Amino acid sequence: MRRIVVVGASAAGLAAAETLRREGYDGTLTLVGDEPLAPYDRPPLSKQVLAGEWESERLALRNAEDLAGLDLDLRLGVAATGLELTDRTVKLADGTALPYDGLIVATGVRPRRLPGKSAHVLRTLGDVLMLRERLTPGRRLVVVGAGFLGAEAAAVAWQLGVHVTLLEPAPVPLAHAVGTEVGQMLTRAHLERGVELRCGVSVAEVTENGVRLADGELVEADEVLVAVGSLPNTEWLDGSGLTVGDGVVCDEYCQAAPNVYAAGDVARWYNPLFGTSMRIEHRTNAAEQGMAAARNLLHPEAGKPFAPVPYFWSDQYDMKIQAYGYLRGHDEVAVVDGDMAERRFVVAYRTGDRVGGALAVGMPPKAIRQWRQAIATGARWDETVRTTAPAVES
Amino acid sequence: MKVELEADKCVASGQCVLAAMEVFDQDDDGIAILLEEQVGDDQLDNVKEAIAVCPAAAIRLVEQ
Repeated sequence: MRRIVVVGASAAGLAAAETLRREGYDGTLTLVGDEPLAPYDRPPLSKQVLAGEWESERLALRNAEDLAGLDLDLRLGVAATGLELTDRTVKLADGTALPYDGLIVATGVRPRRLPGKSAHVLRTLGDVLMLRERLTPGRRLVVVGAGFLGAEAAAVAWQLGVHVTLLEPAPVPLAHAVGTEVGQMLTRAHLERGVELRCGVSVAEVTENGVRLADGELVEADEVLVAVGSLPNTEWLDGSGLTVGDGVVCDEYCQAAPNVYAAGDVARWYNPLFGTSMRIEHRTNAAEQGMAAARNLLHPEAGKPFAPVPYFWSDQYDMKIQAYGYLRGHDEVAVVDGDMAERRFVVAYRTGDRVGGALAVGMPPKAIRQWRQAIATGARWDETVRTTAPAVES
Repeated sequence: MKVELEADKCVASGQCVLAAMEVFDQDDDGIAILLEEQVGDDQLDNVKEAIAVCPAAAIRLVEQ
């Protein structure tokens, strides 16, 4: 293998490129990114960067020296527009055709938008700088979507002295992801601070001076941030022959086709640890999957299934939320340590007869690690969770 | 080789401890701590793994 192309120059693509070099690959290594910037980190965008605490220089994932050490054929500011599987070529927006022996697809996701006037989204550095400039004290911000991204942005905007209204279609924010109890606890953190939260409302469109709800009501705002999830960037693969279905569909080795792998937010792969196919939009997964895809591309004969315990964190007000495992579709939630009322606790999630996930707020690392271990080993619920633990409905 | 850790970038994920528990630990808030600044060849691969999985790009290796 002498020519490898990695499409996508964010966390997953960079991790893949670094791993290829670490594993001794010394052929041509092309890294393609549609943004003009060298690989940068996204989680701080809705946190320290939006808050104005960090300047954008701090986001660089690697410094210039480390990046140069990778000896990349770096193509920034140019999107991939097509893939020919049969003659193994990636087409770029500038007309270039890149032949490859191996390909890693790491093109990530983009924000979903709403009908009507253009509104703020949070995905790129440019997005956040534009929003930050507008968030001056006393202004009114409507955030559509009270998921993790929307909640983080709401918390930061509140700290900046902005009047924040959060609009959420579900009855309890994040209930589908973390359960009703945890969702309600997170809700209280907003309400205590005077952030207005309206649940069970759906937004029809963004207007000149706010958003219009499905029932016709106008919610006025100076700025509107839309945080209603994302869409995988797979259009450039249309007609390529790769299977696309809410992401690039891969097997447990992250392989989408012979010599073609996918990693990061765009990849839907079969995770054997949980026995299900999943697509994970978490920062840590991007790096881990980029590494796994790179190794399996170089050494298919020694391929290893990618079976991680997903992990994410979220900072909201003074709370750090950390979660391990696959929480979606859980059957039961139980407080297993600490006290939810004090916002220092660990909850465990049961899926079938197993411990499928755990979420902690304000707990020391040791209290969380044992639950990660339980998830990684597929521990049985009834042998791990004390039956005296107060069960809460999911 | 010397390990450098930017603690104020750390997001307390603990990924470094999972990758190289002889070099990294976490304080009670989860922030990473260096147990050893100088790493020998036996720990080099683990530290490189920690650098790669760190979700905050907070770890570096510097040649001396």
